[in-house]
Amino acid sequence: MIRIEHIGMTYDKGRVVALQDVNLEVNKGEIFGLIGPDGAGKTTLFRILTTLLLPEKGQAWVNNYDVVKDYKAIRNSVGYMPGKFSLYQDLTIEENLNFFATVFGTTIAENYDLIKDIYVQIEPFKNRRAGKLSGGMKQKLALCCALIHKPDVLFLDEPTTGVDVVSRKEFWDMLKSLRKEGITILVSTPYMDEATLCDRIALIQKGSILSVDTPEGIVHSFSGQLYAVHGQGTYHLLQATRGYEGVASCFAFGDALHATFKPGAQGPALQAYLQSKGHSDARVDPIKPGIEDCFIQLLNQ
Amino acid sequence: MKQLLVFIRKEFLHVFRDRKTLLMLFGLPIAQIVLFGFALSNEVKDSKIAVVDYSKDIMTRQIINKVGANPYFEIESNLKSATDIDAAFRKGNIKVALVFPDNFSTDLIHTGTATVQVIADGSDPNLATTVTNYISTVIADYTASLSLQEGHPVQVQPEIQMLYNPDLRGAPNFIPGVMALVLMLVCTMMTSVSIVREKELGTMEILLVSPFNTTYIILSKLAPNLLISLVNLFIILVLSDLFLDLPVKGSIVLLVFCSILFILTCLSIGLLLSISAKTQQAAMMGSLMGMMLPTMLLTGFLFPIENMPLPLRLLSNLVPSRWYFIIVKQVMLKGLGIGAVWKETLILAVMAFGLFAISLRNFKIRLQ
Repeated sequence: MIRIEHIGMTYDKGRVVALQDVNLEVNKGEIFGLIGPDGAGKTTLFRILTTLLLPEKGQAWVNNYDVVKDYKAIRNSVGYMPGKFSLYQDLTIEENLNFFATVFGTTIAENYDLIKDIYVQIEPFKNRRAGKLSGGMKQKLALCCALIHKPDVLFLDEPTTGVDVVSRKEFWDMLKSLRKEGITILVSTPYMDEATLCDRIALIQKGSILSVDTPEGIVHSFSGQLYAVHGQGTYHLLQATRGYEGVASCFAFGDALHATFKPGAQGPALQAYLQSKGHSDARVDPIKPGIEDCFIQLLNQ
Repeated sequence: MKQLLVFIRKEFLHVFRDRKTLLMLFGLPIAQIVLFGFALSNEVKDSKIAVVDYSKDIMTRQIINKVGANPYFEIESNLKSATDIDAAFRKGNIKVALVFPDNFSTDLIHTGTATVQVIADGSDPNLATTVTNYISTVIADYTASLSLQEGHPVQVQPEIQMLYNPDLRGAPNFIPGVMALVLMLVCTMMTSVSIVREKELGTMEILLVSPFNTTYIILSKLAPNLLISLVNLFIILVLSDLFLDLPVKGSIVLLVFCSILFILTCLSIGLLLSISAKTQQAAMMGSLMGMMLPTMLLTGFLFPIENMPLPLRLLSNLVPSRWYFIIVKQVMLKGLGIGAVWKETLILAVMAFGLFAISLRNFKIRLQ
């Protein structure tokens, strides 16, 4: 459905590299996640795929249409939700939706089935101006507007940034039901926990794709055993753990530390070492890695 | 077609929901008319005048009566001696003094020339010039009629002739200027922010990823501003007819037609600014500095273009308001028809369509 080959892009006359040699393939009807920190190049890739930017190198196809040559056909058949809320703030919910429906040559009634589940949630406020909506409602309206012409591919650039936890969960439920309609969804997010909700994900960093796999596959590819270190005084604990010569890597993860060992080193030995260093409550347990652990490991390779 | 209508509807909603801006748009022409028509007029009314008449004959009295009957002057005092003039000026209640020498009428009849001294308060040069000009006009008027009576010329006077505005009223010159200025401001400024605003708010990003029609987007941006400008034009014409005694002497259809051409030119300039500018602020500054100053300076309603150095004269040819200013003067004030202004109309038409075509071509279909 989406094919990306050797796409490269720079800004500021080549001084800032946004994307380098990106290769990806997204299958029809899947939710594909682009996971990476701010500035990784996610938005640039979205803009190239939605024909807003011309790639400097490489080629890409959406729905078998070339992003450079067939930009008109792509613009007709995709839905795009930019990272920043980009609807008319001084128009009401209904006016915004009507506007985009007409621009795409359709009506709200024609594709109402597709947006119904989302639209009913904001319908009570349909005469409210978009600028006066809460973050979650804005996001639902933006999704409705992106869906109103029943696109084949949906591009969602950080749709859940700045949205509360409940709305985020609802949003992902909506995406799941859209997948059932056969819509291919490319979604980007800086949140690692949302990665597990995708069918497949690509980890992206500094304009390069680090890994492409299912979330499970990515987790499986984690090399070695991961340990969690719990204890008082995270900072000193981190210093002490990193000081242990058997530790390969160690990072703070919320209230715990995640550490891997060099071949031969063991968890209990670290625990004894930390206790001897004055961290009497230190505990080292083996745990399953998450996407974020894999991401950090890939970054360090 | 439906797409065009929905675009236009959207633009009107933007305009009508921004109450403050709307108020400004309609307040602007009224404020300008009041400012230029009444408050900032460069005409001087009821100037107090002092007269020293050493001759005291029938002719000097006739001249004094004529000056006193003029609405611009009010005879304040008859002074006995020229030595009192200085004191009168110092008191500050007179603007000009007239001194008739001894044997004024005898000199005039026998030698054909006579002198009258016109003393004005030079501390206000503009006012002094205006007032002395008025006086000279009155005196010239008098000597002309006297020459007819006597059958031979009594005084060689440079013939001052003020066609269409014989008493140098300020309004006739300002109204065409105000029209050009108001239409230019509203059209250029409002249009210049319209597209760049969509870029800034990010709505352009969504709009681009849709099967939009470039011409429709651009036309829809022009529609509300065209309407507002026509309403403004109407307000100006009504105000100047009712309060400034300046009705449209020529064909109103021709005036409106030329105004639409001028409006389209300004709208296209705004579009071009909007397409090239990166921020609303830059677009605003561009239209203010880039359009308002040339309109004020190079249109000819504040400073005569004929007196400018050649480079400025050439530059003024590029200012659309210059041509519109001429059209309005010819059609509205002199009542001339298309025969007198076809050249200017053609120039405006070429400018309007040329600029529109350029902005259509320069409209960016991507974010780059």
